[in-house]
Amino acid sequence: MTRLSDLSPGSAASLLEIGGDRAFRRRLMELGLLPGSTLRLVRRVGIGDLLEVEVRGCHLSLRCSDARKLLVQGESHVGTGG
Amino acid sequence: MSRTVRAGTPRIALAGNPNAGKTSIFNRLTGSTQKVGNYPGITVERHAGRLTLARSGEVEVLDVPGTYSLSSRSEEEQLATQAIVGLPPLERPDLVVVVVDATQLLRNLYLALQVIETDVPVVIALNMVDLLEQGGQKVDAEALSAACGVPVVPVSGLRGTGLDHLSAAVDEVLTRDDGSAAVELWAASGPLSEDIDAVRGTLPESWSGQENPTREDRRARSLALWALLSVDEDDELRDVPTAVRDCVLERRRAAEEAGREIESEIIRARYAWIDEHCTPALSSTAPKRKSLTGRLDAVMLNPVAGLLLFLAAMTVVFRSLFSWADPMIGWVEAGFGLLSEGVVTVMPESILRDFITEGLIAGVGGVVVFLPQILLLFLFIGLMEDTGYMARVAFLMDRVMKMVGLHGRAFVPMLSGFACAVPAILATRTMERRRDRMLTMMVVPLMSCSARLPVYTLLIAALYDPEQTILGFMSVQSALLVAMYLFSTLIALVAAAVLGRTVFKGPQVPLILELPPYRLPQWRSVLRMMFSRSAVFLREAGGVILVCTIALWALLSFPQEPALDVDYGAQRAEAEQTLSGDALAERFEAIDAAEAGEVFRKSYGARLGKSIEPSIEPLGFDWKIGIGLIGAFAAREVFVSTMGVVYGVSEEADEESVPLREQIRGETWEDGRAVYTPLVGLSLMIFFALACQCMSTLAAVYRETGTWRWPVFMFVYMTGLAWIASFLVFQGGRLMGFE
Repeated sequence: MTRLSDLSPGSAASLLEIGGDRAFRRRLMELGLLPGSTLRLVRRVGIGDLLEVEVRGCHLSLRCSDARKLLVQGESHVGTGG
Repeated sequence: MSRTVRAGTPRIALAGNPNAGKTSIFNRLTGSTQKVGNYPGITVERHAGRLTLARSGEVEVLDVPGTYSLSSRSEEEQLATQAIVGLPPLERPDLVVVVVDATQLLRNLYLALQVIETDVPVVIALNMVDLLEQGGQKVDAEALSAACGVPVVPVSGLRGTGLDHLSAAVDEVLTRDDGSAAVELWAASGPLSEDIDAVRGTLPESWSGQENPTREDRRARSLALWALLSVDEDDELRDVPTAVRDCVLERRRAAEEAGREIESEIIRARYAWIDEHCTPALSSTAPKRKSLTGRLDAVMLNPVAGLLLFLAAMTVVFRSLFSWADPMIGWVEAGFGLLSEGVVTVMPESILRDFITEGLIAGVGGVVVFLPQILLLFLFIGLMEDTGYMARVAFLMDRVMKMVGLHGRAFVPMLSGFACAVPAILATRTMERRRDRMLTMMVVPLMSCSARLPVYTLLIAALYDPEQTILGFMSVQSALLVAMYLFSTLIALVAAAVLGRTVFKGPQVPLILELPPYRLPQWRSVLRMMFSRSAVFLREAGGVILVCTIALWALLSFPQEPALDVDYGAQRAEAEQTLSGDALAERFEAIDAAEAGEVFRKSYGARLGKSIEPSIEPLGFDWKIGIGLIGAFAAREVFVSTMGVVYGVSEEADEESVPLREQIRGETWEDGRAVYTPLVGLSLMIFFALACQCMSTLAAVYRETGTWRWPVFMFVYMTGLAWIASFLVFQGGRLMGFE
């Protein structure tokens, strides 16, 4: 079990659960980050402390501090990302 | 407002995710017929326009605020639901066009599915198909249309292609009898279905549409789903009946006891439907080339190069507001000056002439003078928004701005605040959330604007020794000026941190950003935004500024002929006998200025200045400074010329005026103590840094928030802060033995 924020760029994992308050969980689920979905960490942005994530073919960016609330499992390296 | 539209004009609403390209499609469809207004009772811009269709004739097009979902937590998010489902005070549209970003297809379809669930006729505008294909994917519009049961039209808002087909599809659905989706959507089963029915039973009568029973059934179901996802103990929704609230909370509690999560069940069911029915429409092809956006972002978001580029871009914006706008401001001022002179030459001296030149013309000039900076700032903002760079600014600045509770996008308005708070307040529009916008608006006027500079310059030059250095290399004068800028920036950030945790405390919303693809700016839309923003400013803030200028003029010009203590006529007669030539002219000038000074000191405004003296005396200010503070309401730099008049130096005195500086050094209290000491100078500069001495700023806040509540709040908190800070500096300085 790993935090989303700990994944290395380019690797993918399955979303296990979302922590945080109700509004946060609901918002992320509505953006397609449902438990069981495959997430891929596209890249980290150094200055902004942000992560770009791909889910269901769609991209979005989260703060590192928010990404820590997402637990994933089964990390696999699927490519160099881009 | 939609309520006033005559019955019979079909209404269509344009919905979509933020960044789906909704605005450019809206612009293409409605062209020059757009009108910008506000939604009733809430400061969210309402864009509406008209479109003429072959069969349906003229239709009204409403641009619904961009959203990822219909479920909502705040009243501004709630607008999307109200506009699409047709909850009071908004009316139900006859059709909704959902703009879908093909490159983020499934996430965008989540919103489309929700709209289809409300059983309103839908047309999907599939935008950015070209970008998707460049990235090596393809979407089958026909298959998608069959899956969703609504027409799907590929368009490019950027290039303007496919819009004829979109209009034709809209026309077709509008003229059809029944436009509802003909496919089976997801169905709730078991306990979830009971939850939905229970909430449905509590929906108020006012939420129902007058339609046939089958359609009403689907609409009510979607409202129940909305309530189940949206209502929370701490939401900020308005007009949700207690019965609905209680039912949702009760159902949720019961579900949790049974180990279920209602929200997750609903969202999963929707995505399961999308995954099953829509994903097959998406297929992979060979990528044509690596995306331009990816390559650009490698540089733009690079910790070193990205930051340097960002600083360069911001320098251009900043420089332009200061230097490029300056000649234009000069032209505006010169133009109004000429106009005023013209009136003086054709009209005999009278109170009416003064009213026209010093009230009316000065007032209109005081409004128009903001245009160069507003136009320039919105040119840059438009370019940054349109090219996709603004989203990166939010990205780059998030960490820094978050520390004080500001949005990353607040950076540009805050920076603009160094030039002028008025365009900066207008620029807060780049933020979507009301809370972010309000917080930025409330602290922007603390940034040291260019109108404060003449005040600082005058006081520093008059009261501090130019020879004195600090740390051996920097003159005290320049150190003070730098310190004033640092001080104002620091206070603005602290104020943001404090206000964000108190007045504007709201539910935490996670920052979710999208990085839209880079693209070339569309000049038409950039220019349109520049001019529509400026027009809105002239129309709505201009009136307030004009009225205030006239009121201030009247305050400082009446009574017209007060009884004077000095017999200036006798002085003139005496001068005529003893002097001649240039010396006489000089003496006359001095007498005129002294007379004008005394008339001015007897005006109502000056009396007001005297009456506030007890309140500003603890700050080290006398009543003459009080008059200056009142005069500075027109604009802070007016303090300098007001003091010129008060001291009988000259109306034309500027911050470089030597006689004015000497006069300032020579001013004394009745007991002979000097009024202006370096400590008083500091106290006065601090007061100017913090006090809300600017009616144009207050007018702009009034225009942006639509109520007087926020300008009043701003005035009270800033002026209170200024008073306390100046008090501490002055009294504390005296206790420590400074002068």
